[in-house]
Amino acid sequence: MVAAGSPKTISVTLRVWRQAAPNQAGRFVDYPARDVSPNMSFLELLDVVNDQLTVTGEEPIAFAHDCREGICGTCSLVIDGKPHGPHQGVASCQTYLRSFSDGAVITVEPFRAQPFPVVRDLVTDRSAFDKIQQAGGYITARAGSAPDANAVPVPKADAELAMDAAQCIGCGACVAACKNASAMLFVAAKVSHLGLMPQGQPERDRRVLAMVNTADDLGFGSCTNQYECSAACPKLISHDFIARLNRDFIGATFRSGFAATPANTGGGAG
Amino acid sequence: MSLSGNLFRTSIGRKFLMAVTGFILIGFVTGHLVGNLQVFGHPDKINGYAHFLQSLGGALWAVRLVLLAAVMIHVWAAVTLTLDSRKARGTEGYDVRRWIRASVSSRYMRLSGLVVLAFIAYHLAHFTLGTVQTDNFKGQLAPYAMAADFHLLGFPVVAKGEAVADVYSMVFLGFANPWVSLFYVVAIGLLTVHLLHGFESMFQTIGWKSSTWAGWLRGVAVAFCLAYLAGNVAIPGLILSGAAKPAAGTTAAERLAAPTSTDPR
Repeated sequence: MVAAGSPKTISVTLRVWRQAAPNQAGRFVDYPARDVSPNMSFLELLDVVNDQLTVTGEEPIAFAHDCREGICGTCSLVIDGKPHGPHQGVASCQTYLRSFSDGAVITVEPFRAQPFPVVRDLVTDRSAFDKIQQAGGYITARAGSAPDANAVPVPKADAELAMDAAQCIGCGACVAACKNASAMLFVAAKVSHLGLMPQGQPERDRRVLAMVNTADDLGFGSCTNQYECSAACPKLISHDFIARLNRDFIGATFRSGFAATPANTGGGAG
Repeated sequence: MSLSGNLFRTSIGRKFLMAVTGFILIGFVTGHLVGNLQVFGHPDKINGYAHFLQSLGGALWAVRLVLLAAVMIHVWAAVTLTLDSRKARGTEGYDVRRWIRASVSSRYMRLSGLVVLAFIAYHLAHFTLGTVQTDNFKGQLAPYAMAADFHLLGFPVVAKGEAVADVYSMVFLGFANPWVSLFYVVAIGLLTVHLLHGFESMFQTIGWKSSTWAGWLRGVAVAFCLAYLAGNVAIPGLILSGAAKPAAGTTAAERLAAPTSTDPR
């Protein structure tokens, strides 16, 4: 480890997964990075390596990135076997080279899951998460402009808990870390942050049933309660939300199984 | 989707079925252990109790069918969920694989579960059907005459002098075999490992667990598992080591006193 602010430079070797196209075979290629600043981020290191590759006429390494400040959920590297690298609660973009020792060989892989196919190199298609969101991760009613303060009372603890869940940036590290490629932590966060709010109540049952069924249909695995997801989550979303998701889902299953169905679905003045 | 569709088809539904059947099975193994520990009391205790269970007839079969269904649903859910999850992981795995915090017991649920399943089959063949260790089976041993009236929860169940199956001797003779005892201890050890993850998992899957009391739940799960292990290891352990000797006058005491005469005839 190199101390923060150290003027010394370090040299590492990146062992990167290269794959030209979705259905082509991939392989690991070593890229030495000599005398680089320990205070550059992991993505900046990839930028430096890519500059060298461009100069030598090789194809640069494709990797997903956007805000580079840990809030957009675009970066998605598995670094030495852990999504987003060695630290807890940190995205790949905010992982710095000082977290690695001089001379280290760092293996960089894409997120692996059947519903997240590799597009190229380290870039995966995570649109499966969008499909789960589209299945019910919203409120149908028009929210309009901000209501009067305290017009809808929300207990402080509920608001805080909902905010904890709403911190999910949808990066998919939970799926990448889970040995079952389960999307439970993501679904749990989305279901909980609306389910804790009064505005989320009318569609609460429909939401949880639709989102879980969609995640299953998209080919995500199931939860075996090992909590690798919450340990890998860059926002440290708690697996308590998975328990909450389970409770909501089982409740909704029984409520919908015994609920009366309206005789006239036309409604109103038909 | 319908109620049964959501329960039997979705991932959380099948997990819920695993939790419910797991709860039934934990309840059974706990009660079964308490019943078995009576072997360390007077022979009247376990023999009277066994006679009472056998006399239940239809009720006994109802319980057996519920347990069989619980095992079948538990195993079915485990197999289908595992296959689905394997598919979800995809064909290309990680080159560097590491665990962040998954407990050891949670990583060996399939192995521990399969050994327990094999153990259940052996255990039924051993003490219920009598197809292994036939000479020691309760049906082959001389009947046991009750020394006194046997009461259960204050109700008279078996009268003094009544001839009942000699479960007491069957257990002592069965565990006098070191290989049988060893298999029981290994299987129970793995069942304990299985329960270490299963006990807590049950609360998470049903949705009752939260970090507010997760530490307390962990403590209860560990204490339960240790007590379960200790109780179950005590039976073959104390019998095999000779610390617990069969009561004088029982078939087990006669046969174990003359170890060469394994052939009763």
